[in-house]
Amino acid sequence: MAITREEVLHVAKLASLELTEEEVERLTGELSAILEAVSKVSELDLADVPPTSHPLELVNAWDEDEPRPSLSLDDAFANAPAREGDLFKVPPTA
Amino acid sequence: MTIDTLRLTAEDALGLLARKEVSSAELHGAYLDAVAERDDELHCYLRTVEEAEGDGVPIALKDVISTKGVETTAGSKILAGYVPVFDATVAARCRAAGLPVIGKTNTDEFAMGSSTENSAYGPTHNPWDPTRVPGGSGGGTAAAVSAGLAPWGLGSDTGGSIKQPSALCGNVGLRPTYGTVSRYGVVAFASSLDQVGPVAKNVRDCARLYSIVSGKDSADSTTVEVPPVELPEGESLQGLRIGVPKEMNEADGIEPGVTAAVQKAIELARELGAEVGECELPRSVEYGLACYYLIAPAEASSNLARYEGVRYGLRVDADTYYEMVERTRDAGFGDEPKRRIMLGTYALSAGYYDAYYGQAQKVRTLIAREHAAAFEGFDLIVSPTSPTVAFELGEKAADPLAMYLSDLLTIPSCMAGLPGLNIPCGLSDGLPVGLQLIGPQLSENTLFRTGHALERALGFDAVPERLR
Repeated sequence: MAITREEVLHVAKLASLELTEEEVERLTGELSAILEAVSKVSELDLADVPPTSHPLELVNAWDEDEPRPSLSLDDAFANAPAREGDLFKVPPTA
Repeated sequence: MTIDTLRLTAEDALGLLARKEVSSAELHGAYLDAVAERDDELHCYLRTVEEAEGDGVPIALKDVISTKGVETTAGSKILAGYVPVFDATVAARCRAAGLPVIGKTNTDEFAMGSSTENSAYGPTHNPWDPTRVPGGSGGGTAAAVSAGLAPWGLGSDTGGSIKQPSALCGNVGLRPTYGTVSRYGVVAFASSLDQVGPVAKNVRDCARLYSIVSGKDSADSTTVEVPPVELPEGESLQGLRIGVPKEMNEADGIEPGVTAAVQKAIELARELGAEVGECELPRSVEYGLACYYLIAPAEASSNLARYEGVRYGLRVDADTYYEMVERTRDAGFGDEPKRRIMLGTYALSAGYYDAYYGQAQKVRTLIAREHAAAFEGFDLIVSPTSPTVAFELGEKAADPLAMYLSDLLTIPSCMAGLPGLNIPCGLSDGLPVGLQLIGPQLSENTLFRTGHALERALGFDAVPERLR
């Protein structure tokens, strides 16, 4: 299962990673080797087996719907790289 | 009084505190002194906490556990300088129990690794032989406990990050049943697998710490009610049925010295009265690793999407928002998180989801069923924890697949949400060998009872030879 350079660039875009040229090259080789190893799961015929998304049989863990204290605005912004008033500040989207 | 932190167990420390022979602050100071003496060489801690808060036995916390007011980085540059404004539930429970924090311990970046070499802040060294790895991802906590830099500590485990480092450092580590310990405030890796658990010098300390941190938490909806923890006391294993899955004890890559020590421990269990028989987990071992390396990276790619330079963590400035996010993530994440984000994103992407992630979830069902079948005939199953003893630093760092094989024997039970306990069972080439005990969900008391009886019979000296 080889992954192409174009696929690596496409997946990097999906994952919001701006990879360097060196990283693209290295990851193309590494991901191909890892994908070949993990493709082993496709050997099994599991058409009738249900998937497991979670190891416990928990259903609908509800909590009481009542207001409780939460973080203050200053706490919520304490680690933000940039703040403007009560908003997280980011560069323009375009 | 002189405190020998290499030998002192948490239970010993509790005795000293109860008899007022020492104060909690003095204990805390003794561990900081030990850190000053030995941690330049070992690098177990990313930072220490100088001020002792509480009246109990000091503790080390893996740096994926949020601690209010104390920097928490998960071993990543992307979280450098991040100071949580709240405690993780497990940190709050330690605080409520009066346990002063000694410091935050080193980890592979975002707990992704089996050697602690993936930490962005440099590797931890094994106290038995500093040219070797302590295992990972929780190598910092495990090495600290073995080197007398903490009486006990907390780790986190996704596919073996508590049990494997405990095996390589020669101490006791529990990966608890999924859902028994809250993950609220713990930096997430793969949420259907992540568990927090205790590392200690012996099984009773491990059980005691588990009783402090476990239990339902309204802030983590995956938590369940936990049966009362029983501190183990007995020495007999009469009536206990132990299964030996041959695939997990005869897998390729298990070192002969590891097999010999594990066989000896199994023989000892028989002498203590346990019934020992062979059982099978044919597909769990053969397909477990592949299953894990699809599910864990897929979930990681989703969990790590939150590091986008907006709410916390690193930001690399750029003219547009999207460039800023991409540059921040490229600069902030190390090689292993990038590899897993890429792998996981690929496995979840359109056209590949069913073949990879969907198929892996079905394999997961098979693994759970195989374990359930084994537990129809046995109370618990045993195997080596790690196929090898501690390996050399750098030995596997350049080959991700070779590194992934370190978790071959710990992964299957994690996929099924089962508890697993590592206890040291001997030495091979002068390095510790770990025995893995796995039970059905919520069978921690059986694991503690068995581990305690075996530990007493084995008489393993957990202090590294070179430090005695």
